[in-house]
Amino acid sequence: MIQQIAFLLVSIAALGFATKQFLTIRRNIFLGKEEKISGNSGKRWRNVFLVAFGQSKMFKRWIPALFHFFIYAAFVITQIELIEIFIDGISGVHRFFWPSLGIFYTFLISFIEVLSVLALIATIIFLIRRNILKTSRFEKPEMKGWPKRDANIILYLEFLLIFFIFLMNSADMASHNNEYGFALSQWLSPIWAGTSDGTLHLLERIGWWGHVLVVFAFLNYLPVSKHLHILLAFPNTYYAKLNSRGEMENMPEIMNEVKSMMGLTEGGEEMNMEEELPEFGAKDIFELSWKNVLDAYSCTECGRCTSVCPANITGKKLSPRKILMDIRDRAHEVGLKLDSGNLEYVREDLKAEAKKLTRDNFDDGKTLFDAISKEELHACTTCNACVEACPVLIDPLDPILKLRRYEILTLSEGPSDWLPMFNAIENSGAVWSMPVERDAWTKDLTD
Amino acid sequence: MAELTAEGKTPEILFWVGCAGSFDARAQKVTLAFCKILNEVGINYAILGNEESCTGDPARRAGNEFIFQMSALQNIEILNGYQIKKIVTACPHCFNTLKNEYPALGGNYEVVHHTQLLQELIDGGRIKMKEGGVFEGKKITYHDSCYLGRINGVYEAPRKILETLDNELVEMKRCKTKGLCCGAGGAQMFKEDEPGDKRINIERVEEALDTKAGIIAANCPFCLTMLQDGIKGKDQQENVMVYDLAELIVNNNQL
Repeated sequence: MIQQIAFLLVSIAALGFATKQFLTIRRNIFLGKEEKISGNSGKRWRNVFLVAFGQSKMFKRWIPALFHFFIYAAFVITQIELIEIFIDGISGVHRFFWPSLGIFYTFLISFIEVLSVLALIATIIFLIRRNILKTSRFEKPEMKGWPKRDANIILYLEFLLIFFIFLMNSADMASHNNEYGFALSQWLSPIWAGTSDGTLHLLERIGWWGHVLVVFAFLNYLPVSKHLHILLAFPNTYYAKLNSRGEMENMPEIMNEVKSMMGLTEGGEEMNMEEELPEFGAKDIFELSWKNVLDAYSCTECGRCTSVCPANITGKKLSPRKILMDIRDRAHEVGLKLDSGNLEYVREDLKAEAKKLTRDNFDDGKTLFDAISKEELHACTTCNACVEACPVLIDPLDPILKLRRYEILTLSEGPSDWLPMFNAIENSGAVWSMPVERDAWTKDLTD
Repeated sequence: MAELTAEGKTPEILFWVGCAGSFDARAQKVTLAFCKILNEVGINYAILGNEESCTGDPARRAGNEFIFQMSALQNIEILNGYQIKKIVTACPHCFNTLKNEYPALGGNYEVVHHTQLLQELIDGGRIKMKEGGVFEGKKITYHDSCYLGRINGVYEAPRKILETLDNELVEMKRCKTKGLCCGAGGAQMFKEDEPGDKRINIERVEEALDTKAGIIAANCPFCLTMLQDGIKGKDQQENVMVYDLAELIVNNNQL
């Protein structure tokens, strides 16, 4: 009875706190600009099933993909056992499904045990890869400190989960004369030979509670870690861009202005010249689309984008992964400040009348440009290698181009080398100002 | 195009020459090679001549949407004015912008890259490749441009053309979806590199040299420049040549 009450209290606390955190992340994602993404749901579901559920893009690098698949499969299948753990925890019964499922139950738990061992092997290999082999994409500057620790913490937690599962099952098997017949713990249970029933029960309880507590800890750790991809990969693949990669988002406000300048509009639509000059592109998460922020929260920092980025490969500062991490960290920062309700963060000109701090009057004097340098933005070749590489269909290029637009259109800054190119297109219709006619080459054709 | 229209004729296809194809000395050779093939096959094509402007690709990717819109809308006015239906271009950047970005601005055309058209012509028997040509048995490697390959998914047409040359195609380690950029895209062509350890074209050329191929085939005027510069940087200009696919066909058939 005491255990049931304890379980109920711990569950409510853990689930309640996790829900609160997940809602905060949802709020943070929607700090990004509204953008309607819909249509073609067939193709979208296909992406969810193939890319998120089926891990199809992971297998572009099959060795890490295979080990990742072990952990993924173990994680997904273990959810079945988690259902039982919940029922047991609340009702106080022991192995609720055992009497009704019988041999199928043995098969199911045995299957989970096998997957758990595979996941254990994968976890060890991943720890080695990060800490001993030091795979280069995990050693980039943006991975120093917390991101590296974050990745290791998750691997240690997996370690603990698996340890507790086997502690629970093997002690349970020993105290029930191996009647459950679990495939792997039957080989472990002899360790407990000669242990008293009371101790075995205690060990089983430690395993059970240990497992439950690590699951709850993991659930509450997710929102502050890079590990959200296990949930967000699904919506992120669903909302991924379906148009051609080659199409940059059109800017109708500029198109219409240029049309009216060129006399292409059929009157009626007067541009209303606002007192304030409009801002183009993005300087902060508020001007990015909510999908860009969802992308950022979905990123698990695997660095496949960065490892194929031609700029990064040749030693430039740009790292697509860092851009996403910066967007996520900024969304997190803004979220915390909004939650503080501190009116100090209200935009200067609205301070006098503001009663509440909101997304719309927020200004803490910082932008994404505090984290992302112009040098990084200027190094991008728009080659789409990062877009192609991402296993969960994140688009790192889109925010880079939006920030570039802000720099050029709103700040009127940018690399001075580009000015002659802009001027040449504007004045002579070509990327270079040439003293000859555009069709001068044709004289060589007739020769 | 203006002359044809004055005569009341419509061409089968409009050849979009692009800035590089029009002005860049190296790319002009590709333009001429492609025209030679079209003439040989007897395709009725036209160019816009001085009415053609930059598609606006580098301006848009640099972030300058105003310049892009000005150039693009002007082009669309002209293309729509001539009621153009089908466009071929030898530049994957022009190809991408015409194909994928002009529709949102009111320009809808069937756009093909010249390698696609050439492959069609070979398949249809309209271009007959001479057997025992100069490339027979030679090692050639093929560089996927980002805007034709990864961005528009055209990997096979150029490779099929190479097959007909009876050469030995050796792929670089990073090819097709994983192809490495030459370093020119995103308006990098028009600016100095950001600080780093190496130029991107050097990285790419080193990979091409690893294949031991004597010829690097490309499909983009900017890749041509970048790869050629890289080859010079490695002091290999005597041993390795960089050609566009149209030039390879012209050389093979001695047009």
